Amino acid sequence: MKKTFPKQPRRGNTHEVQLTPHKRSAVWGDHSKPKARCGAKRIKEALAQTLMWLSMAVVVGMVVSVIWTIFSHGWKAMSWEMVSSLPGGGFYIGKEGGFLNAIMGSVYIVGGSTVLGLLISVPVVFYLNIYLKPGSKLAYVARMAFDVLFGVPSIVYGAFAFTIMIFFGLRTSLLGGIIVITLLIIPIFIRTMDEATREFPRDILDATYSLGATRWETLKVVLRQIAPGIATATLLSVGRAIGDAAAVMFTAGYTDSIPTSLSQPAATLPLAVFFQLSSPIPEVQDRAYAAALVLTVIVLLLSITGRLISNKFSKNKV
Amino acid sequence: MIEVKSLNIHIKDAHILKNVNVVLPERQITCIIGPSGCGKTTLLRTLNRLIESTEGVKTSGQVLVDGQDIIRSGAEITELRRRIGLVSQRPCPLPMSIFNNVAYGCRINNLCKGKELHRRVEENLRSVGLWDEVKERLHAPAARLSIGQQQRLCLARSLAVEPDYLLADEATSALDPISAKTVEDLFVKLKEQYSIIMVTHTLRQALRIADHVVFMYLGEVIEEGCAEQVFHHPQHELTQKYLTGAFS
Repeated sequence: MKKTFPKQPRRGNTHEVQLTPHKRSAVWGDHSKPKARCGAKRIKEALAQTLMWLSMAVVVGMVVSVIWTIFSHGWKAMSWEMVSSLPGGGFYIGKEGGFLNAIMGSVYIVGGSTVLGLLISVPVVFYLNIYLKPGSKLAYVARMAFDVLFGVPSIVYGAFAFTIMIFFGLRTSLLGGIIVITLLIIPIFIRTMDEATREFPRDILDATYSLGATRWETLKVVLRQIAPGIATATLLSVGRAIGDAAAVMFTAGYTDSIPTSLSQPAATLPLAVFFQLSSPIPEVQDRAYAAALVLTVIVLLLSITGRLISNKFSKNKV
Repeated sequence: MIEVKSLNIHIKDAHILKNVNVVLPERQITCIIGPSGCGKTTLLRTLNRLIESTEGVKTSGQVLVDGQDIIRSGAEITELRRRIGLVSQRPCPLPMSIFNNVAYGCRINNLCKGKELHRRVEENLRSVGLWDEVKERLHAPAARLSIGQQQRLCLARSLAVEPDYLLADEATSALDPISAKTVEDLFVKLKEQYSIIMVTHTLRQALRIADHVVFMYLGEVIEEGCAEQVFHHPQHELTQKYLTGAFS
């Protein structure tokens, strides 16, 4: 059987093709003619660019003014005593002491809930992506549920945990705070890591299976590949966990001392900001900004460390 | 020897493999050829049961590897896959160092460790001609190798777990011509120790290296036999047409 092909136009003579002026401008980017059209294009371009610059300026301006406000107010009240000592007798009327209780409380709660959150969400993500077949109904329902949980406001988590604690006759405690914050960040963990894992190349899975790996043994490979995703998820979760006031208000409570056991109440930085800012005394209000400054610096440091760790782990990513 | 007997595979409503019967001889290169979508890759993935990870797949028939039916019997799937290595179309190094890529399979299968593991990694990297290129940077990420080197690394990784069979799914099609030639030559060298079953889209490649040929069309095996016979005296009209390039 012989195949015939339609005649192809000769190649290599495109420059000889006669173009109308309109077409020529489209092909060669000739902006000089026709003039009217070109003017309109330029105006549109300039307009679009101006709008983008304006949006950028608004965002950058907001960030700068937030930092400036916190810094200018907080710096006045900031001192070594502030971050290294517990509130004294007259702390809340502007006398001696610091908010080390809130710093340590926040660190305990965030540290505990991040570890707990990772321990729970990594297996969930692994199960959703590796154990369940693609297109599984269970995975679909689970993902939808996590999306819903993602959107639940933290005060609702707080109220939910509060109800349960009352039911069991428990009082506000560090453990209560850790658990409610864990609940709050698990959807963030799972959603973010899930996105990273769904992009995991099927070929790599097939390759490990072909070497005789069980699904469990592929975990090591999957974890290495999604390490940057885990880092991002952790950063987002920590950011949300450390800044949340509503969920810990009813569960961790507030105290002027550093908790020494899980059953004692714990103070947190957002609540320190809240209580001091609602004071009528200006010195105390400035202390609220100092607490906010510490909060911001902690988040910043965590972001930088998180990035560095993530870079170290992702060098093997394919 | 792998014998496939009246194998049928349905994926959802599609009948992908229709009553496939083939015998894949030992210590030879078997090339599975045929137009796109004819079920070559499905057949290949059935041989090490990777097909089971596909959604909605139904299998019937027998696949006998050295006389044992791998589909029905309670054969240990990980042990089966260790014995039947796979080299995929696109090289896919694991997200670890060059050394660990080759060592991974040995570690999970508890084949060896310590000095013995080092020796085995070196030996397998040598056998794919990669040792001299990477011996200075064994702990660099495998992803930094060139694509041709990556494919040879994948081959070394498959060989390190001491398989009896090697499946290759268009293993040279993503490579540049020079790397493709290197990998192809490797297969020819390796057939002394392994039974190689490769899917290929390139007829010329099949002509160069095949000892045994299976021609498939729309899920059926149209013709199978030794390369000499299939290429030079095809019995079936479809095979003749495919070989002369009437369709591809």
